[in-house]
Amino acid sequence: MSSRDRILGRVRRALADVPADGTPYEQAVERGYLQEHGERTVEETVDLLAGNLADYRAVVHRSDAEGLPGLIARLLGERGVERVLVPPGLPPAWLSAADATRVDDRAVSTHDELDRVDSVVTGCAVAIAETGTIVLDGSPDQGRRRITLIPDHHICVVRVPDQVVASVPQALGRLDPVRPLTWISGPSATSDIELDRVEGVHGPRTLEVVLVSGE
Amino acid sequence: MTGTFVGMPAFPEAAREAVRDRTLRGNLRHATHTIRAKRAGAVAELSDWAALREAGRRIKDHTLRHLDRYLVQLEEAVTAAGGTVHWAADAAEANRIVAGLVKATGESEVVKVKSMATQEIGLNEALLEEGVHAYETDLAELIVQLGKDRPSHILVPAIHRNRGEIRDIFRSEMKEWGRPAPEALTDSPAELAEAARLHLREKFLRAKVGVSGANFMVAETGTLVVVESEGNGRMCLTLPETLISVVGIEKIVPTWRDLEVFLQTLPRSSTAERMNPYTSMWTGTADEDGPSTFHLVLLDNGRTDTLADEVGRQALRCIRCSACLNVCPVYERAGGHAYGSVYPGPIGAILSPQLRGTGSEIDASLPYASSLCGACYEVCPVAIDIPEVLVHLRERIAQGGPVTRNGNKVVLKPAKGHAAERAAMRAARWAFSRPGALRGGQRLASRTRRFHPRSLPGPGRAWSGTRDLPPVPAEPFRDWWQRTHGGKDAGK
Repeated sequence: MSSRDRILGRVRRALADVPADGTPYEQAVERGYLQEHGERTVEETVDLLAGNLADYRAVVHRSDAEGLPGLIARLLGERGVERVLVPPGLPPAWLSAADATRVDDRAVSTHDELDRVDSVVTGCAVAIAETGTIVLDGSPDQGRRRITLIPDHHICVVRVPDQVVASVPQALGRLDPVRPLTWISGPSATSDIELDRVEGVHGPRTLEVVLVSGE
Repeated sequence: MTGTFVGMPAFPEAAREAVRDRTLRGNLRHATHTIRAKRAGAVAELSDWAALREAGRRIKDHTLRHLDRYLVQLEEAVTAAGGTVHWAADAAEANRIVAGLVKATGESEVVKVKSMATQEIGLNEALLEEGVHAYETDLAELIVQLGKDRPSHILVPAIHRNRGEIRDIFRSEMKEWGRPAPEALTDSPAELAEAARLHLREKFLRAKVGVSGANFMVAETGTLVVVESEGNGRMCLTLPETLISVVGIEKIVPTWRDLEVFLQTLPRSSTAERMNPYTSMWTGTADEDGPSTFHLVLLDNGRTDTLADEVGRQALRCIRCSACLNVCPVYERAGGHAYGSVYPGPIGAILSPQLRGTGSEIDASLPYASSLCGACYEVCPVAIDIPEVLVHLRERIAQGGPVTRNGNKVVLKPAKGHAAERAAMRAARWAFSRPGALRGGQRLASRTRRFHPRSLPGPGRAWSGTRDLPPVPAEPFRDWWQRTHGGKDAGK
């Protein structure tokens, strides 16, 4: 007998005492919880996102579409960034004012090559206000998972208010599980030493989120 | 690794050692109280916490009730998404499967995401016997591995270590495993984290095989979910060419939507954060993004035996948040090592004896490692009634009874060492069913109270050695009631 059959057989025997139940799943679990915590205007939701991002030590900036290239150029310039990773579908205008050398996100790049890059600029799929989370889904403006992991500095552009939702339930409704998903809440952090929070372990030590309107 | 749970003494003995260690108690007290206060704040932010907890309980109960169906559905979904599913009935089989998969890649080292399931089966040790080095990459697991130590907390495995101890471990051990610690390393958490970053980065960038567990598996879509903070998880899940995930069969949720419950309750219950810094979700393999080969090993290892116990099966709802450890007065003083299991604290006290059976002394002692105060039940985000299961398991151990082991129904004999307890219970049953004898006995006890010993003789000595015997009142309650209230008609 295969282990598959053995395990499934054990499960069925273990449940022999449980009466049969044909209730469809949608009705089997009552979902009395909220889809959103509190009532907010669109502006308040965006403010909450900004506040919660900052609370977990992301650096938050605001801009309109016109000012975005200048802002990104300034953020890269302030850090002396020489090489910046660019996902294939990033709107060209975003980096139009930046001096840094562009490094394309390519499948053939080695990890060591990516390790020599200073920064990465991406868009996002959705941002969650209540938790201060941005979610990447590998779309062309976000690229492969590793490009937002290996460089030490990540600039993520969130289109407000279109890409902002209030809550975790609302975010899941917008996401496609078939895509590889990365949820990011603040920069990499650890609390493993006496439960003191330290930012920056393996992922980017600096996360800058730009909330851009009118894009 | 010299640290092992095999041959651990029973809980009271192990705990006696631990509670004498002042450094350990200090470290534990600081850590558990810090996180306890933070958690209360994070939970208070969600006004619908009770409803989320109830939904979580129901989702997990429903899943367990139809576990066979969801396992098959998950297998189909993962396979359709380009993954390969393996089934492991026990630890030895799981280790064999993983070792075989690693060796088939031609590699001799793997990087690991922190995973309770792989600790439970002793994967690192099994791989080492096959010549494969497994590197733990979670900071706390790294501290434990470098210190040739054992984890003592589900979420913060090195909770028993303070920063000075960690610095000493890094200084002396890192060079044995790869990049040495910086010369002038101090005990500041930021510097220690930086040392770990540099030490591990060379391993991440060259690793060809990653091994992980998972927090959730979605039957409907075949999606696996790992929540973490440091990015070591993302490194292991996305940089290697081959990813092997070893996951307990109870970690399934039926639908994508179900994650909306657990992604709200897990981070707040475990690290007391609104959301953990990183959550990775993957469904099979993705084109040119992440590992090109994905294996899922579905692990039983005692879970179906646990499922067969009508009272105890609720332990399988556990999402490993560790909130119960942080509120437990027993854990706070005894620490995680005393439990002799990778699952310490209240949940460990009910999960380990069910997964492993109560054949060993340590497993038979675990259901007694509790004050039954109920704080663990209060904080549990999936409402596992831990005290109920503890009492159930105590009864099973003291009296014996039918259990399922390795899929077979067997009748457990009463455990040794509980003869006095059974005799006392038999005597109590006899006395309580004979009011005259009970009254006579109580009066006799009151009149002879001056002659009662301070501690018990014989088998009761161990009990009274750490407790004060309650004094017998000068007058039995029933006599007092009769005298002062004139019996049952007094109020009329």
